[in-house]
Amino acid sequence: MVPTALPRPAVRRLSAYDVLRRLPLVLTLLGLLVAGIYILFVTTPLPLSGNGSWRTTTFGSAIDDPVDFAKTFLDAITFAGLLFVVASGFTLIFGLMRAVNMAHGSLFLLGGYIAFDLQQYFTNAGGFGLEQVDAWEWFVPAIVAAVAVAGVGLLMQQLFLRWTQGQELRQALITIAVSIILADQMIQHWPLQDSLAWPSFIGPNNFAHIGGVEYAWSRLFILGVAIVIGIALYLWLQRTRTGMVIRAGVDDRNMVSALGVNIQRTFAIAFVVGSALAGFGGAMGGAFSSLAPGVDGQWLLNSLVVVIIGGMGSLGGAAAGAFLYAFVFTFSAAYLPTSGLDCCTEYSPIFTFVLLIAVLALRPLGLFGRPA
Amino acid sequence: MRRRIEELTVAQGVETVVVAAALIVAALGAHAVGDSFAHNLLTSVFWYGIAASSLIFLSAYGGMVSLAQVAFYGISAFVIGNAVTTGSVKGLHLGYDPWVGIVLAIVITTALGLLLGAVASRSAGIYFLMITLAFGVLANTFFGSVTLLSGFSGISGLEATTPSVLGNSVAHPDRLYYVGLVASLLVYFLIRYLIRTPFGIALQGIRDDPVRMASLGYNVPLHRTLAMGFGAFVASIAGLIYGWQFGHVDPGSINLEQVIFLLIIAVTGSLFKIEGAWLGALVFVVLQDYARNIPLVHYVGISDQRFDTLIGVIFLVIVLLNPGGLLGIWDWIKGFLPGSGSPSPVEPPVAQTGSAGGAGA
Repeated sequence: MVPTALPRPAVRRLSAYDVLRRLPLVLTLLGLLVAGIYILFVTTPLPLSGNGSWRTTTFGSAIDDPVDFAKTFLDAITFAGLLFVVASGFTLIFGLMRAVNMAHGSLFLLGGYIAFDLQQYFTNAGGFGLEQVDAWEWFVPAIVAAVAVAGVGLLMQQLFLRWTQGQELRQALITIAVSIILADQMIQHWPLQDSLAWPSFIGPNNFAHIGGVEYAWSRLFILGVAIVIGIALYLWLQRTRTGMVIRAGVDDRNMVSALGVNIQRTFAIAFVVGSALAGFGGAMGGAFSSLAPGVDGQWLLNSLVVVIIGGMGSLGGAAAGAFLYAFVFTFSAAYLPTSGLDCCTEYSPIFTFVLLIAVLALRPLGLFGRPA
Repeated sequence: MRRRIEELTVAQGVETVVVAAALIVAALGAHAVGDSFAHNLLTSVFWYGIAASSLIFLSAYGGMVSLAQVAFYGISAFVIGNAVTTGSVKGLHLGYDPWVGIVLAIVITTALGLLLGAVASRSAGIYFLMITLAFGVLANTFFGSVTLLSGFSGISGLEATTPSVLGNSVAHPDRLYYVGLVASLLVYFLIRYLIRTPFGIALQGIRDDPVRMASLGYNVPLHRTLAMGFGAFVASIAGLIYGWQFGHVDPGSINLEQVIFLLIIAVTGSLFKIEGAWLGALVFVVLQDYARNIPLVHYVGISDQRFDTLIGVIFLVIVLLNPGGLLGIWDWIKGFLPGSGSPSPVEPPVAQTGSAGGAGA
């Protein structure tokens, strides 16, 4: 390191301004500490008789009930896996093209529905919900859904986004319009709540045993897929020529294109991969929970929050954002008081927003975000 | 300076006639538009317009497209619902005086606007859009899940607890109509005034070049925060009229669909001109209620249920044709009318999306 020219005083006095400037950090750390102590030691399970107090939660503290704490922990990690798969597609598209794909949630839901229809077709289920299917009856629909959604995404990009490149707001508006049309047409074809069945080897009756904790294989499968996809994306971006062009394009699109690279082709590739990830995520999400009108908006929000926290356009940021979001969401749902005056109130969305505010106050561009 | 009639161009003449006719028809109210159904429709135009004008104000003069405006009018309606109603179902039912409720709704909403502004003010462009969208959707989830304040069923009975001048707003839709009309005019002229104040001029400077304004010594985040606060204030007025018109507010009134509808209204009118708010609202409300009456429309698969597809297609066409919306298209047409000199391409003050986050410097 080159020594800086500016002389610095040997001892910096901590002025009031310094404290004020670091207030977001101090408050965040304090909040984390309080939340940690509350979850680990303070909460109690509901007593056998009578009402609970402000300390009453579903499981009680981590010390009282380590098994459920471990389950909640695994819930958070596996949810983060699904979040990462969907949000990484979103962030890939944004990072390269500066285009916010507001139809990402619709692509997710469309992927789920396509996979659902195919699975119904393969199994002749006739619209009934299935418990479990053969492995190929999940994988083939999921992959076909990913490919089909990639096609829809590519079509949208070529028709509407290619010639509006650089007009971020207009592109956001265009994708919003597409998402409205897609959502409405999906309601026409799939008006009810549907859900896919997992393959039998990770089906509803198979549980993993991890140190005394019984845990559903299907959720661990999601985590595994997320890790595989994460590694594949990392290798693709770091080790291949296309990946190199994409990384260069994230930094300076004009320069890359001036060097003779067909940037439009790269844009199309990024859009195909990003949409395919949304579609595949939809096939997993359809088995993980369910597919219904409104799920598209929910997953658009999920992707948005994850990439805002992690920093737009950064793969590592998407992973970090997915973890933070999933942990705050899962733990606040499991460890907030469940009794008292306003029983049954679900405060976890507020904590999600607190997380968002805390991150933005510390880093306006997200944890790993860089200025455009 | 008064200009003579001969000096007016054709385009200006058309504009003058249209605006004058609209104002006369609006002022006549029920006597001009017929039944109370049309009345209700126009009241919707007024509050949709006020809400959209807050969005357009932020977008046109602050370079910030805020998708939180629906949340703000919803919060305003929820606050007054909690404050003034008396009942036994969900909500706090504090039973305050209606005027106290109005003040509370406006103050709390404005304060939340300032808070969100403070959080989001260091972001710009598309980041800002996404942060406000996240806020909007979370507000929806918040009221859906916090049963203490609302819950999914929402709060009813707002129409019965209005200020005595207004009376029961469902029984007297004409009074609410004029409240909406007057509020719309006040909001319009307030915004017109605000953008000419030193604050408004500085805000427009920040829209165009935040870095330069910062180096000139202007506090960029503060200006953006204040603008968000003002936007929330305007939206809170829309929320009051909304609450009174329907007498009911629930999380469904501020869901993602509504967020997108308000954005569509603003874009359809024009994201760059305040007048576009009410124009967009009129087009939207009329389409929403009369789309099924268009002849042959059911042959292309558009029914009451498929209204969103129709709206989405219209929105897509407008955005693809001209991001300036209907007023942008009108500006474009004006270029071909006689008397306008050479058709000058209208350059809308495009939001500073290119320098996202640049203000953090």
